[in-house]
Amino acid sequence: MNPSERVQRVPPSGIRKFFELAEEQDDVISLGVGEPDFSAPWAARDAAIDSLERGRTSYTANRGMADLRGAIAEHVAERYDLQYDPDDEILVTTGVSEGVDVAMRALVDPGDAVAVPEPSYISYAPGVIFADGDPLPVPTREADEFKLTYEQLAESGAADAEALIFCYPNNPTGAVMTESELEPVAEFVREHDLTVLADEIYADLTYGHDHTSIATLPGMRERTVVFNGFSKAYAMTGLRLGYALAPPEGIAAMNRVHQYSMLSAPTTAQHAALEALHSCDDAVDEMVATYDRRRKLVLSRFDEMGIDCFEAKGAFYVFPKAPGGDAEAFAEDLLEAQGVAVVPGDAFGEGGEGHLRVSYATGTKDLKEAMDRIEAFL
Amino acid sequence: MTAKRELLDLLLENARYSTEDLARMTDLSEAEVVSTIETLEDEGIIRGYQAVVDWHRVKEEHIRAEVELNVTLDRETGYDDIADRLGRFPEVTTLQLVSGDYDFHLEVEGDSLQEVSNFISEKVAPTPEITQTVTHYVMETYKDRGIEFEDGHGDDRLSISP
Repeated sequence: MNPSERVQRVPPSGIRKFFELAEEQDDVISLGVGEPDFSAPWAARDAAIDSLERGRTSYTANRGMADLRGAIAEHVAERYDLQYDPDDEILVTTGVSEGVDVAMRALVDPGDAVAVPEPSYISYAPGVIFADGDPLPVPTREADEFKLTYEQLAESGAADAEALIFCYPNNPTGAVMTESELEPVAEFVREHDLTVLADEIYADLTYGHDHTSIATLPGMRERTVVFNGFSKAYAMTGLRLGYALAPPEGIAAMNRVHQYSMLSAPTTAQHAALEALHSCDDAVDEMVATYDRRRKLVLSRFDEMGIDCFEAKGAFYVFPKAPGGDAEAFAEDLLEAQGVAVVPGDAFGEGGEGHLRVSYATGTKDLKEAMDRIEAFL
Repeated sequence: MTAKRELLDLLLENARYSTEDLARMTDLSEAEVVSTIETLEDEGIIRGYQAVVDWHRVKEEHIRAEVELNVTLDRETGYDDIADRLGRFPEVTTLQLVSGDYDFHLEVEGDSLQEVSNFISEKVAPTPEITQTVTHYVMETYKDRGIEFEDGHGDDRLSISP
């Protein structure tokens, strides 16, 4: 069997290699996980169970259950000032991953360049390739706190790109962008007529300020697809439920791919998500408060160890510089010597070289123990 | 959230967090952590610190009973008077006046079933104002003061994930 040329263009994931290394070792405390250590709030779990007990095991509408789309519209309006019509501007997807995939396939033509800031979530560049596009790396720099800038977009040749995909709060750096920092990016996008794919899955996980969606900036709504979902804030990664918000023509195009590939997002998960939106705000607030305490703990410990780490204000990652500069060697040695798993930053693209992604989505006791072990390793 | 409330939440999670760690987890300095906790203690908000013990893991026998008490009051005797009397017994670890079908809720602990039974029948029940006692022996503890006793399922997430 011959894998397609597209598939062969995609290199093996840098994360996979570390996963295998970590699996081989006992007594590992993993700070390499990109998902909450909480379970979904009980109300959401109950709604999932109830939907099964009632035998709701059929497909839903391709775009997702109407009442879920309605609840999403209300939620994003209230929380992020995003106004979308549940009838034709919202698509419920099997996680943001599927949303990004169908958006790539619906909006990118063969040979189109798609600007991908680095470091970034590992699936974007492969997603572009699977859509027969060409990923165009746009490095972000620690000097800019890993924020995307007009200058970096211009220097990287993004003016000729068809689209820009980005994720703030960011995986893996934990960086966030404020409205005033997003404005120059929006200006660049408008000047060069780019489509924006804004992955805002970590929007609820910000510390000390509210999230601003780039789609709320002047002239951006018509050229932006916003992705969000339930995996991170509601600790529902395994339920695989996300959504995309875009003008009707964008959603229609994405739905054409979605309806022939996924048909509809999992029905049970949609019922859980509806309940999550209705009654789980308090649970989210509690989880965010816990992440924030752990974030402070980790930042403070790195600071005391003399490890250079800028103050991440979103998601549940910090992105310190690897002592000695070689992140891969440091991560491997740390894993072997102390059984602490962190992910080398270059797994997220060249912009991540020399850094480590450290997730604090793990219990405080283990987190403290892991920091002690890192300190002992130094 | 106030600094007091944040520290209370953290101490409820683990009263043995060091002041150093408490400072790291909040926006407070170590000195502020120390003084805020002192204030909480002085104001009687923090009444003490105790370990949560899973007695099943201790090889010695340990018995805990939940006791419901009904009382009748007269002109001379109020709830506080009865509570004052019962609260002096070291066997009573928790004593609360509650609403509902009975008046007082007691938790009684002892080293044997006999000891706890004797205490209730000889010390509690004869109290003149007490009209009824219903004793429930604790057979298994799954959670105590917010702490779950099962070992849990561990962390079954992938050790590295995107």
